[in-house]
Amino acid sequence: MAEPQTASRKFDVAIIGAGVVGCALARRLTLDGAQVVVLEKAPDVLDGASKGNSAILHTGFDAPPGSLEQACIARGYREYLDLSEELGLPILKTGALVLAWNDEQVAKLPSLMEKARKNGVEDVEELDRADILKREPHLSETVAGGFLVPGEYLIDPWTTAHAYLLQALENGAEVRRDAEVLSGNFDGAGWTLSTTAGPVEAGQVINSAGLYGDIVDQRLLGQSSFKVTPRKGQFVVFDKTAAALASAILLPVPTEKTKGIVVCRTIFGNLLVGPTAEDQESRTDASTDAEMLQGLRDRGIEMIPELEAQEVTTVYAGLRPATEYQDFQIQYREDQAYVTVGGIRSTGLSAALGIARHVSELMGAEARFSGPLEAPILPRVNALSNYHERDWERPDNGGIVCHCELVTRREIEAALDGPLPPATLAGLKRRTRVCMGRCQGFYCTGELAKITAGRFKTPIGDKK
Amino acid sequence: MMRRDTDIPETCDVAVVGGGTSGLALAAELKRLGIGSVVVLEREQDAGGIPRHCGHYPFGVREYGRLLKGPEYARRNVEAAVKAGVAIHTQTTVTALHPDGELSLSTPAGVCTLKARRVVLCTGVRESSRAQRFVGGERPQGVMSTGALQSLVYLGGMRPFRNPVILGSELVSFSAIATCTHLGIRPVAMIEEESRIVARPVFRPYLMMHQVRLFTGARKTRIIGRDRVEAVEFENASGALTHIETDGVIISGRFRPESALLRASHLELDRGSGGPAIDQFGQCSDPAYYSTGNLLRPAETSSWCWHEGVETARNIAEDLSGSAWTVRGSVSLTISDPAIRFVVPQRLTLTDRPGGMTQMQVGLSAPVQGRMSAKSGDREIWSARLHSRPVRRILFPLDPLRTASLEKTIELSVSRRG
Ligand SMILES: Cc1cc2nc3c(=O)[nH]c(=O)nc-3n(C[C@H](O)[C@H](O)[C@H](O)COP(=O)(O)OP(=O)(O)OC[C@H]3O[C@@H](n4cnc5c(N)ncnc54)[C@H](O)[C@@H]3O)c2cc1C
Ligand SMILES: Cc1cc2nc3c(=O)[nH]c(=O)nc-3n(C[C@H](O)[C@H](O)[C@H](O)COP(=O)(O)OP(=O)(O)OC[C@H]3O[C@@H](n4cnc5c(N)ncnc54)[C@H](O)[C@@H]3O)c2cc1C
Repeated sequence: MAEPQTASRKFDVAIIGAGVVGCALARRLTLDGAQVVVLEKAPDVLDGASKGNSAILHTGFDAPPGSLEQACIARGYREYLDLSEELGLPILKTGALVLAWNDEQVAKLPSLMEKARKNGVEDVEELDRADILKREPHLSETVAGGFLVPGEYLIDPWTTAHAYLLQALENGAEVRRDAEVLSGNFDGAGWTLSTTAGPVEAGQVINSAGLYGDIVDQRLLGQSSFKVTPRKGQFVVFDKTAAALASAILLPVPTEKTKGIVVCRTIFGNLLVGPTAEDQESRTDASTDAEMLQGLRDRGIEMIPELEAQEVTTVYAGLRPATEYQDFQIQYREDQAYVTVGGIRSTGLSAALGIARHVSELMGAEARFSGPLEAPILPRVNALSNYHERDWERPDNGGIVCHCELVTRREIEAALDGPLPPATLAGLKRRTRVCMGRCQGFYCTGELAKITAGRFKTPIGDKK
Repeated sequence: MMRRDTDIPETCDVAVVGGGTSGLALAAELKRLGIGSVVVLEREQDAGGIPRHCGHYPFGVREYGRLLKGPEYARRNVEAAVKAGVAIHTQTTVTALHPDGELSLSTPAGVCTLKARRVVLCTGVRESSRAQRFVGGERPQGVMSTGALQSLVYLGGMRPFRNPVILGSELVSFSAIATCTHLGIRPVAMIEEESRIVARPVFRPYLMMHQVRLFTGARKTRIIGRDRVEAVEFENASGALTHIETDGVIISGRFRPESALLRASHLELDRGSGGPAIDQFGQCSDPAYYSTGNLLRPAETSSWCWHEGVETARNIAEDLSGSAWTVRGSVSLTISDPAIRFVVPQRLTLTDRPGGMTQMQVGLSAPVQGRMSAKSGDREIWSARLHSRPVRRILFPLDPLRTASLEKTIELSVSRRG
């Protein structure tokens, strides 16, 4: 559970990248009996593609039938439903409406429903305008038609991935942060990786480096079979009072390139509009721009006119690790003891558990390592859902520190003192939601600076 | 200052939501006027409100006859309330407002409810965030409001950056400079979208004094830097891209009422002011609720809010006194010109009840040179010269509007000169 900075230990598996996919892999392989180390170049986990997404647990109804992506989503989805109960991960069971806004889109609905059924999502249900407006009374009357996908849900994208990693850690895995993999050597029996935190030895290596998947392959294999072209998605998040304006996840008719602009609640009780789809070269630049944001806000208002009167809480952007291929790029090179898990583009949150199962099978993990753990430890998870009980409602919580998101002192201290302490303010935000609300730190920054003094690489403030 | 005591009563005469300037002044006055149980509910560890972290002058001249810094002023407001017999409960967050004066509360000990004969909402204002202004770019650490900066500097003695830029040029943007210099932080630039500074021109020399470069007419401001702020870029007034290296950004001003509770409640909200719709007594759409202080509109000085609190206390005491008065109806004040952002109060109760505001307060969204007038039906019942700008205090007497007792609405508009 500690984060030793030396390579005294030889691991069965080194996982490169602590995005949601790396976290799910770490959990799976640890439960399969492997000694796992997770290597993350950033000071904190979830700092790449997994930092900002729409947080929808997809059924895979619109994935290409027969694709690896579809298979991983379907499996991941099923396992998530079970695991969420076991770990206490909240789910907001909203369902989704795929909405058509003109005749051309209406014409595409039957084939989309057909595709859903092919993908095993049998419970899709066609709805006419009147049905839709009855379900979603705040929706613009210009909606033309649509169908319901009852199984599309909303989840907490960060607590979910943290919980995967925590379960791995509590059962013997290690995570090393500030540990960028620079190069590696395979001697026929195992790998020696050179990282910014020293050398690491492992029998097998998994590259789940997300936006850097191709670069890590090049560094370790000398080549990559794909190229990542990040696809940025910007979002506008509205205040909690806006959440009353949409019940289901409102999806547009998708195009080849993107799922399109979604309007949905978040499990934290806000309403989001996004994402955009903008191809770019930079793997780090998750910047927003005023025109795009204004466009998203306008699109939101077109769909739900009452949004006009709602306040914006925050804006953000995420980068999808898109490649020239539509499908996931997962490849096991047995002779090199190396797995590439690349191009997990826009459904990785939903598919992560399924991807982990798939990789475990490719590697023959259960047989290869010491065998499945008999009674794996369950980590303690702090559910942050606005639709479930929160710490501020419980006694002895130490008082509320972040007033907008109602985060208690006890929650903040638990995150700081827990097995996966945040190394940055951004990491603390993802673990507790401090500063994520409507005032964006106006009220609690001073108090937070005191509570977190000495904890972060870059403190909120330093004493003169 | 006050520590939280666990004995929050189940009922009280008046519950004050927010123990800042206006809430404390109101609560103390209510006690002086003989109201039985007056309870202030304050979510922070200490009562006092915004002045707690305004470590500069001038506060308190009219209230205490002395020139005080914010923290000392806040302390006096707390002391005066305690001395008058007000029960202040800190670390007590009001989480929901229900009809007829019932409140949901969260304290460190858990949740509870409180029922009051009258509730007063005094939750103040905050600054608009970066997101609310759609300031683009990356999201590094080191971007914060003046309020957050003040609480770091004055309450924590901490510096978040060394050479920040300030977005905005309101009065509070200048207090950001004062806050910075307190700990040796040197702001490098002030960036304003408008073609001139928003605060009164007399503040301009202050920039020169502190060697802060001023850029007006800035467009498309972006923040650069992945983990820490590295630079700010914008198009200057002539359209050229300007790049300023900096390690922090202060997002100042554009006050907005802290209306979270209100928005989630049954009470009527006025979109223009961002606060509750009230009548001249400060009474909300549910008569069990009143409001005062900067929640009513963005934004006034502490001194103004203090006196407003005292006035509102008198109205509430009169309301609770049981005296009989008659209500003939009510007139709503509506706005027909986009240059008028808000008018407070939004409603006039036609009554012989004593007290109440004598002036209406108007806020502009664009500069106006001309006249403002009030129409009842087709008839102009009042007009006056209006020559002002946004973020300025504008007051007009309410009395002339009371004559329009026959109509349900009075429409306010402006006519421009030339
Ligand atoms: C706008 C948007 C909306 C989305 N919406 C949804 C949704 O609603 N539902 C859904 O299921 N999915 C959604 N997704 C997709 C999902 O977010 C991604 O598929 C997922 O986050 C990819 O995770 P990853 O672990 O593969 O990559 P990452 O999260 O990028 O993780 C890779 C990690 O590897 C690290 N790394 C890189 N190089 C090195 C190195 N050399 N050494 C060590 N570490 C390294 C990085 O720092 C990073 O932390 C969305 C994505 C975006 C961008
Ligand atoms: C950054 C900033 C700087 C300013 N600087 C100056 C200045 O230099 N001089 C000046 O005259 N004015 C200044 N002002 C204006 C300031 O608003 C007034 O001075 C004055 O504080 C207003 O008093 P108030 O009672 O309306 O609100 P506040 O003093 O803000 O008090 C509101 C109180 O309500 C509490 N509260 C809010 N919601 C809840 C809830 N749900 N439950 C319980 N408690 C709650 C808050 O914690 C706070 O204590 C400044 C304002 C800001 C935002």
